Amino acid sequence: MVEMTAEKNAYAEAFEIIEAQAGPSWLLPIRKAAMARFADLGIPTTRHEEWKFTNVAPIRKLDFALAEVGGHGVTPDRIAPFVCDGATGGTFVFVNGHFDKGLSKTGQLPAGITVGSVAEAVSANAGLLEQHLARHATNEQDAFLALNTALMRDGLFVHVPKGLVVEQPIQAVFVTTSESDPTMAFSRNLIVADESSQVTVVEVHVGLGTIPFLASSVTEIVVGDNATVDHYRVTREGELPDNGFFVGTTHAQQGRDCNMRSFVATTGGAIVRNDATAWLGGEGSDFTINGLTMIEGRQLADNHLCIDHAVPHCTSWEYFKGVYDDDARGVFSGRINVHKDAQKTDAKQTNMSLLLSDRALVDSKPQLEIFADDVKCTHGATIGQLDDEALFYLRSRGMMREAARSLLVFGFCRESLQEIRFTPLKKQLEALVFERLPHGNVFLED
Amino acid sequence: MSSPDTILDQWEQSDYKWGFVTDIESDSAPPGLSEEIVRFISAKKEEPEWMLEWRLKAFRHWQTMTEPTWANVEYPPINFQDIIYYSAPKQKKKLNSLDEVDPELLETYKKLGIPLEEQKMLAGVAVDAVFDSVSVATTFKDKLSEMGIIFCPFSEAVREHPELIRKYIGSVVPYSDNFYATLNSAVFSDGSFVYVPKGVRCPMELSTYFRINAMSTGQFERTLIVADEGAHVSYLEGCTAPMRDENQLHAAVVELVAHDDATIKYSTVQNWYPGDKNGVGGIYNFVTKRGKCAGRRSRISWTQVETGSAITWKYPSCILQGDDSVGEFYSVAMTNNYQQADTGTKMIHIGKRTRSNIVSKGISAGFSQNTYRGQVLINKGAANARNYTQCDSMLMGDKCGAHTFPYIEVKNSTAHMEHEATTSKIGEDQLFYCNQRGINPEDAVSMIVNGFCKEVFRELPMEFAVEAQKLLAISLEGSVG
Repeated sequence: MVEMTAEKNAYAEAFEIIEAQAGPSWLLPIRKAAMARFADLGIPTTRHEEWKFTNVAPIRKLDFALAEVGGHGVTPDRIAPFVCDGATGGTFVFVNGHFDKGLSKTGQLPAGITVGSVAEAVSANAGLLEQHLARHATNEQDAFLALNTALMRDGLFVHVPKGLVVEQPIQAVFVTTSESDPTMAFSRNLIVADESSQVTVVEVHVGLGTIPFLASSVTEIVVGDNATVDHYRVTREGELPDNGFFVGTTHAQQGRDCNMRSFVATTGGAIVRNDATAWLGGEGSDFTINGLTMIEGRQLADNHLCIDHAVPHCTSWEYFKGVYDDDARGVFSGRINVHKDAQKTDAKQTNMSLLLSDRALVDSKPQLEIFADDVKCTHGATIGQLDDEALFYLRSRGMMREAARSLLVFGFCRESLQEIRFTPLKKQLEALVFERLPHGNVFLED
Repeated sequence: MSSPDTILDQWEQSDYKWGFVTDIESDSAPPGLSEEIVRFISAKKEEPEWMLEWRLKAFRHWQTMTEPTWANVEYPPINFQDIIYYSAPKQKKKLNSLDEVDPELLETYKKLGIPLEEQKMLAGVAVDAVFDSVSVATTFKDKLSEMGIIFCPFSEAVREHPELIRKYIGSVVPYSDNFYATLNSAVFSDGSFVYVPKGVRCPMELSTYFRINAMSTGQFERTLIVADEGAHVSYLEGCTAPMRDENQLHAAVVELVAHDDATIKYSTVQNWYPGDKNGVGGIYNFVTKRGKCAGRRSRISWTQVETGSAITWKYPSCILQGDDSVGEFYSVAMTNNYQQADTGTKMIHIGKRTRSNIVSKGISAGFSQNTYRGQVLINKGAANARNYTQCDSMLMGDKCGAHTFPYIEVKNSTAHMEHEATTSKIGEDQLFYCNQRGINPEDAVSMIVNGFCKEVFRELPMEFAVEAQKLLAISLEGSVG
């Protein structure tokens, strides 16, 4: 009990700081309600069904302080390896939850689109933000989501007006640093794609600190009728082992006949929890989410998906793959809710895990909740190791054991990476997979 | 805690155990649950001291527990003090043969379509009929005892084979396991005990029919089956209950223990009263069933056809402890009207090269909710473990729900896991095809559903398979259109 109070105090102190800052009047009640909600829920324990396999005790034990603006010492060189080069729509860098203009690069964007920081948009685009910010990702049971709503600082804001097709991908890089004290950073992004528009957004989350930090990021995506949004989230927290905690949510609110494609790549972090939720609220819409997790050491990656088919004639597709080495731990939970009368729903969910070590561990929970009768829903999960026969085949052709293993692992990952339509990002992630694998460089083409 | 006065009171009461007011000759205990009732049941059963101690330990533990609420089922709160925990049919004297069984009881069986005489005649089936908590007739006992097989009511086994009961009771489902298992441990009335000695293959299918007859009588059966090295036994459990308006609670415990090379096959057909069309009445079936493959190369197979009960909440599980042991689970759960079923299995792989196979078929119609909930856990030491899971759901009508909640936990990289699930409805084209050939829609649906469940029915012993198909057809009545 004593620990609980201490923990709440650390977050309550942070809330006082946020509360004291001037903000729009409509936002404060939302923040207050969220903080009250968080105080009620507390940091979840493994007794909570949605956190059964993800023990966040290390987060509960630490006293994180809200990161300050500036003075972070992040240089363009330090973040260069993480930035994807092909983002011609511009790269927006946020350090510890604050927009950093100096590190950002502007790109070529068509007229009509609004891209910038949420903190600025709160006053500049007040109407739109009031309508959408913190209105869609509203899971009452999610303590970290409530905490993010209460303490959110800044993030990427994208608004694409009706009928505009934006061909240039827009990139946002979120850097968290912690050099002397454990810090926490809260970013909140909002992407609004109006009717018949199209846009591609890439989110890269990077941890550079030497001591533990907590990064929380929530992205709300409003996909208008007939619009198409491609969204990528790459989580590379904690290049140093065991210090990066990441808790994030992506929520898609979909209209009629629209397409939302999402990709979640996780390659590191002591604990990385990604929630992806979608509300299919208009007929004929499609939600596709693919993912690849590749972790090692004592890392933990948890992907939680929840798709609501609220109306008939929608399709959803989930395809998640994971490679776990050493003592790594993978968690997957996928839930498809087919609401009453959501007939002709077509939903498919697949989770495949590859264990490379005897100590690695995977928990998979593919779930279906169906309240309509004329639907097609399937889910599948497999967990296994590398195929001995395939390994033998490659060995018999003179390939070294390690290289053969690497090739097979890459083949496993590639199927998932193939779904990435933004080629520079695909190349970057493929290279990252190879780098991780012994003798992987043998296979890298120029 | 309690004030000194109440402690004193309790002490006085517990010391005064033989002064309990209920007449020991009476047929039922008064409703309610207390230490006295536990003592009463134990005394009634003429149980030894250690059995009573075990019951009391369970009862005290139960008092500290709260009812679980995680299952995907809804029902009004149960008042555990309203239940009669013991009821026995009137018994004038000790029975030596079937002829002495009360003709009225036999008549009830006849109405239910399982005449005892015929059962007796049916080659190879020994019936230990449990009628409201007390076994009234046991057949084929001699033939079995010749081979060293013990098949008797649980209470008899407690008296006659205390060493076996003491060794195995609670070894698979400990008294503290869960709310309903603990309640059962405290107040279990009767059940069956089977022991198959080393190397013996049981020559017939053993079967028991459980009935719930007296109003407001919770049935707390306890079954224990032990197969020693190389033994083989197949056990059938079939359930029917007459129409009753009040919700009745059934919290049974089944424990199976299979030693080296032993095989236990446990089949259930459950068609208790599911409540009427508006969801009034029906049985609450909250059962704990678990088998332990303790020895190497042992095998436990669960087959169940669940068509009855207002609420079914059961997870026949296997603990695969011995190397190379095999666990199987085949299930058909059919819900109609306002029935709710939350069922599935748990496969816990501990030994090396252990294998498990799960096939679950859920059919929901009317306003019913059907849930598959299962866990497959591969522990660190379970090298080369293998699991295959398939759970298919079929929906009839747009007011029902089908849900799947599988939990897959793997701690060993050499494990192979596969899980598949599908949800669908009966195809219009299939129905049309049948109609075209002069098969009316109701029969067509029944045919298609039976085909859907065939994989599971194949696992049932012959006579059960026939019964199961009929049951499914009856349960489906009125669900077409």
